[in-house]
Amino acid sequence: MTTTAPETALVVLEDGYVLRGRAYGARGATVGEIVFSTGMTGYQETLTDPSYHRQIVVMTAPHIGNTGVNDEDPESRQIWVAGYVVRDPARRASSWRSTRELEDELAEQGVVGICDVDTRALTKRLRDRGAMRAGIFSGDALPTLPGEHGEAELLEKVRSAPSMVGADLAREVTTASAYVVPPAGPFEGKAPIATVAAVDLGIKAMTPQRLAERGVEVHVLPSTSTIEDVLAVEPDGVFFSNGPGDPEASVHEVALLREVLDRKIPYFGICFGNQILGRALGLGTYKLTFGHRGINQPVKDLLTGKVEITSQNHGFAVDAPIGDPVTAPFDGGRYGRVVVSHVGLNDDVVEGLRCLDIPAFSVQYHPEAAAGPHDAAYLFDRFVDLISGKSTS
Amino acid sequence: MPRRTDITSVLVIGSGPIVIGQAAEFDYSGTQACRVLREEGMRVILVNSNPATIMTDPEFADATYVEPITPDVIESIIAKERPDALLPTLGGQTALNAAIAMDERGVLERYGVELIGANIEAINLAEDREQFKGVVERCGAESARSAICHSMEDCLGAVEELGYPVVVRPSFTMGGLGSGIAFDEAELRQIAGAGLHYSPTTEVLLEESILGWKEYELELMRDKADNVVVVCSIENVDPVGVHTGDSITVAPALTLTDREYQKLRDVGIAVIREVGVDTGGCNIQFAIHPETGRVVVIEMNPRVSRSSALASKATGFPIAKIAARLAIGYTLDEIPNDITGSTPASFEPTLDYVVVKVPRFAFEKFPAADARLTTTMKSVGEAMALGRNFTEALQKALRSLDTASSSFHWRGKAPDAETTAALLESIRTPTEHRLLDLQQAIRGGARLEEIFEATAIDPWFLDQLFLLQEVADRLQQAPTLDVETLRVAKRHGFSDVQIGEIRGVGEQTVLEMRHAYGLRPVFKTVDTCAAEFEARTPYHYSSYDSETEVQPRDRPAVLILGSGPNRIGQGIEFDYSCVHATLALREQYETVMVNCNPETVSTDYDTADRLYFEPLTFEDVYEVYRAELAVGPVAGVIVQLGGQTPLSLADRLASAGVPIWGTPPEAIDAAEDRGLFGQVLMSAGLPAPAFGTAISLPQAREVAERVGYPVLVRPSYVLGGRGMEIVYDDAQLVDYISRASGLPAGDEGVHAVLPAPVLVDRFLDQAIEIDVDALYDGEELFLGGVMEHIEEAGIHSGDSACVLPPVTISDAMVARIRASTEAIAAGVGVRGLINIQYALSSDVLYVLEANPRASRTVPFVSKATGVPLAKAAALLMSGMSIADLRAAGHLPEADASTSDPAAPIAVKEAVLPFKRFRTPAGSVVDTVLGPEMRSTGEVMGYDVDFPLAFAKSQAAAFGGLPSSGTVFVSVADRDKRSVILPTARLVELGFRIIATAGTASVLRRNGIQADEVRKGYEGRGPNGEPTVVDLINAGEIDMVINTPGSKGARADGYDIRAAVTAADRAIVTTMQQFSAAVQAIEAVRRGPFDVISLQEHDRARDSRQTELAGVEA
Repeated sequence: MTTTAPETALVVLEDGYVLRGRAYGARGATVGEIVFSTGMTGYQETLTDPSYHRQIVVMTAPHIGNTGVNDEDPESRQIWVAGYVVRDPARRASSWRSTRELEDELAEQGVVGICDVDTRALTKRLRDRGAMRAGIFSGDALPTLPGEHGEAELLEKVRSAPSMVGADLAREVTTASAYVVPPAGPFEGKAPIATVAAVDLGIKAMTPQRLAERGVEVHVLPSTSTIEDVLAVEPDGVFFSNGPGDPEASVHEVALLREVLDRKIPYFGICFGNQILGRALGLGTYKLTFGHRGINQPVKDLLTGKVEITSQNHGFAVDAPIGDPVTAPFDGGRYGRVVVSHVGLNDDVVEGLRCLDIPAFSVQYHPEAAAGPHDAAYLFDRFVDLISGKSTS
Repeated sequence: MPRRTDITSVLVIGSGPIVIGQAAEFDYSGTQACRVLREEGMRVILVNSNPATIMTDPEFADATYVEPITPDVIESIIAKERPDALLPTLGGQTALNAAIAMDERGVLERYGVELIGANIEAINLAEDREQFKGVVERCGAESARSAICHSMEDCLGAVEELGYPVVVRPSFTMGGLGSGIAFDEAELRQIAGAGLHYSPTTEVLLEESILGWKEYELELMRDKADNVVVVCSIENVDPVGVHTGDSITVAPALTLTDREYQKLRDVGIAVIREVGVDTGGCNIQFAIHPETGRVVVIEMNPRVSRSSALASKATGFPIAKIAARLAIGYTLDEIPNDITGSTPASFEPTLDYVVVKVPRFAFEKFPAADARLTTTMKSVGEAMALGRNFTEALQKALRSLDTASSSFHWRGKAPDAETTAALLESIRTPTEHRLLDLQQAIRGGARLEEIFEATAIDPWFLDQLFLLQEVADRLQQAPTLDVETLRVAKRHGFSDVQIGEIRGVGEQTVLEMRHAYGLRPVFKTVDTCAAEFEARTPYHYSSYDSETEVQPRDRPAVLILGSGPNRIGQGIEFDYSCVHATLALREQYETVMVNCNPETVSTDYDTADRLYFEPLTFEDVYEVYRAELAVGPVAGVIVQLGGQTPLSLADRLASAGVPIWGTPPEAIDAAEDRGLFGQVLMSAGLPAPAFGTAISLPQAREVAERVGYPVLVRPSYVLGGRGMEIVYDDAQLVDYISRASGLPAGDEGVHAVLPAPVLVDRFLDQAIEIDVDALYDGEELFLGGVMEHIEEAGIHSGDSACVLPPVTISDAMVARIRASTEAIAAGVGVRGLINIQYALSSDVLYVLEANPRASRTVPFVSKATGVPLAKAAALLMSGMSIADLRAAGHLPEADASTSDPAAPIAVKEAVLPFKRFRTPAGSVVDTVLGPEMRSTGEVMGYDVDFPLAFAKSQAAAFGGLPSSGTVFVSVADRDKRSVILPTARLVELGFRIIATAGTASVLRRNGIQADEVRKGYEGRGPNGEPTVVDLINAGEIDMVINTPGSKGARADGYDIRAAVTAADRAIVTTMQQFSAAVQAIEAVRRGPFDVISLQEHDRARDSRQTELAGVEA
């Protein structure tokens, strides 16, 4: 309760910026890359999105926790964010689906958070200076020394945390063992129309769900899977999911995807899966200043000219020329031509790739939404069409 | 796909006078549309009868027709201007209905005019309830179960299926007019009966009750490439059952998970596609069952709406502007987001703050009206506030309402158990006081579950109110007001006044402590993107947070204080003046607007250089001033253009060291204080009606006897004539005083001291009232306009029709008016605008009152004379003289004291909201005009002579006077002599006259054939002879002349007037109106109106002046 004596917490940025607030969720210390997310709904989905592994998330929407926590909306088995920064946490959840309070859930899962800070000031700083390392400290982790000396001690902890650049994190979040998501919705109980091998680099629950709703049987495989593991499920198509970390460090995944492409198995990738396709094709990837994290990002489908409002969560992007198709550089053009299919309208970042000579495409954003708008759900239909031979990439 | 090249001229239809349900928001949207279309190089033709709007300023269109928005007039304009296209989606329901009429008459086809922004098919799909139900079904969504009914029999049959309570919604009415909830058959008969009448298609929808469900709105936009964006979600704090215009609403929606929100979004997008709105915006309302999550689509508006204006201000996404661009062919991704400058409009704004809108009501003006809030909108305005959390935004919004009892309070003792129980009972019924009662119930110890059970308000919102109580408790219990306690209180929106009340200290003490602690608000920016991108538009709101975003500047700033929420007596006219000040001063100054009304042009982020969306209280304004002073020089603050609200802050701001521009606070006092003003008049040798002040009944009697009956009695401090009455004898005086003392007549209390003094003025019966707007620079007076009221003195000037230039006042009298005005302006010490009301009786010019500020009539005078008075006033305040303004071409050589014999005549007519207000028994409230202002808006009729101008004003205000038919005449004894001539003329014109016995015999004796009819209270005759009320209800009477008796409205007169208002027929309640109406009827019978644009009028005036100057030379 706001009116009782506040329990102090500090958020400390790598560049020395410190904000004082109240402890929220678990008490203790946490470090990670600090990023902001601008979605006004869907905090539960955000918290459980494995792509946020090792990231401290600042919510720009001031009221968080209003609808509590339920068992239907999580996107994975646990909360992944490394820390949580909000302004005004709910004191009481209100939703007919809510089963418990968000703050209790955070505490139970050991997520250290801070509230009552100027999240807008923090966001502006990250926008201007880029995502960086940060830490949240409360309870016993507060500095023993008062004032600047204490803060220097915390800053040291932040600066010794690992950087996101070069981090290979997929294996920290992937499923331990393979599992199957059977056809669902109108296809529930029916024979699958196709089989897809989905490589879990940090997959969100809604992704296999969206394929299952279209009659596909999805075999979710660990990120460490080999091409033999993939082929073992006799896939009609292969899917690479979203996930945390730097695509440049994902050597294994890139190699695995090339095996898939070499076999001309239809491929669809989302987010990290887009970056992996880019790297497999020999394109570069780079880190954005502060990334795209929100559910209001406009993307133009360059094929149809239509604009879709998309859910995004990425700190890295593919470096490819927007415009006419080019020959994919890998191995002297082994995979033929590729074209940028989608572009972000806010800043012209590459948001999708389409191969013209092999059956492969991918998007940088999240057509499965959760949280976010459903404008891009047609991409799952495109993948199903590609698998069933109704289209050629 | 750039804009269409096949359209070069567009006709824009405005929304006409301000009425409940259709207010300033359409001036805002129409102004934006006109701006955009002109930027795109289009020729813009505009029709709007409302002179108080910015959009009807001649510079916003190429041809501006301040003419009635009737099918005949629009057809004439189309025939004359031959526009390529008609844009009807920015002028509310009025414009949409006008477009449908144009289409049905074949006018669009005949003249090859394309409807843009919406097509007829889409309008019908959205507005016709049965068709819309089909739309919802095809979108895979649900509507409430319902039945369409065309008769009372249909209704009674349908309700057997649906059960009570049942919701009644008439088709094709605006603002929910005629709708309501019936709990039993008697109520159904009453509400559905009225609804069938109001619906132009005699159609009502009965539907299952979704009372108590959560209510949401989405604002969507779609372009011709089928891109759709949801601009904003809005959640109603009041659950379903209260019209969204009367609800406290919040943006964004705060109690939905992403799954539920996306479901609404999916349905919304499917619906806009299915309806076929393909180049513009729409608004869709939803209800969600709080326990099951079942979603029901309530309705859709296929146009820019009141909610769109709110959503635009709430998000920074200018819906009307973008709708106008979409209508001429752009797609969303081709339109830049003004605020970031770097990103496109094809996105969905995300908010990092909370917006709360609260409605402003005017029930005190209609004491007989049913004060329950229902699905018929009753509020007359709204205030919006932004904060970094809900509590901050809510408390700011409540204090923005600018009424004595709008904020939460902790005065006196907490309610005891009995009072709390009573409060818990009263909050079951939604009224304007519900939220405050709810807060007091919490203060009295009510539990959240009890309040939820009584109100169905979502527990999350209720919990926030409990949070406020906890903060208040902490404030009260803290041994000293420490910095942390104060900080917490400020973060939850407590004002210095509230904190002072709780701590038992003054506001000033709290302010000083707060400043000593360094606790000041910061100012954040509305940027559409939660800081993801840099914002270029300084659109700010205050919050108690860490970092401020006010940018340094070099140019000196001028703060312009707006007028706050629209209310009766202080409306859009003041916004007009404030906007003009920004236009006049932007060259030399950084203009800074402070206002809290989301409906207005002034709160558009590109009107002033900087916008602060803040309450107009001393604390909030002073903090804006301090914030601006911290980043650059502040030249001054303008308080005289926004009406009484900012004017009343002048004194305190000046005491705090804020430089007030224009008329200084001492001079404002000299005009407002009766004693001081009396001295001004005395030293100028100007007569005023005798008056006195009383604080008890004996004193009031003494004054009344001294000055002589009739007397005008009123509280000493009033706005819009509140509580003002004409008293004709001692009995009425006793009645008035007992009501003022709050005790029943005959009680001991009548002799007690009154809570506030009352003013008792001699009332000038039968006088002509004259209104003057003038500018004064300290040396010279510029007479802006002299308006002659059509009704006699005693009717509030805001409700009275008036004519400019005056039609029965001699040049010599105008000269005296000028001299008197100059003497008063000099005596008071005015710098800027002054408005004076005079009464002319037996050739004596009495001064009634003077207001040292912009008046309601400034825009009307400016439109009628072509002189931009508000702009001139702003420049005067900046230090220029009238001579300077003449030299710079801002003012003409001649003012209103030089008569221009060829000048056209402008008539301003008031528009009254009586139809909206019903007594709890369901009949219309009384419509007699009096000293208390009750009109919500006005129209202007403009033509070559008075009869034509008056006829146009009547057509614009309520559809017009009859040109043939039956007229019922019943006048008070004092009017029996003057009724003869105009009645005789009506007979010559072929009207049939019917009258009650007394009037009929007077007419017959004067040779006028009049049929006698029974009075209402006499009841039907032995052979079923109808009463006059029966005839009116049967639609057999086309116009009613009914002047109330001198001792107040008798019941019979009331029944007649109520019936006429309900039947939508012309009613005349004064003899002066009657004469004007007869002249106008003759004008109407001569043929259709000619239409003349303001630009044509201006050119004609210029050439007359040039000619005149030539003659003089």
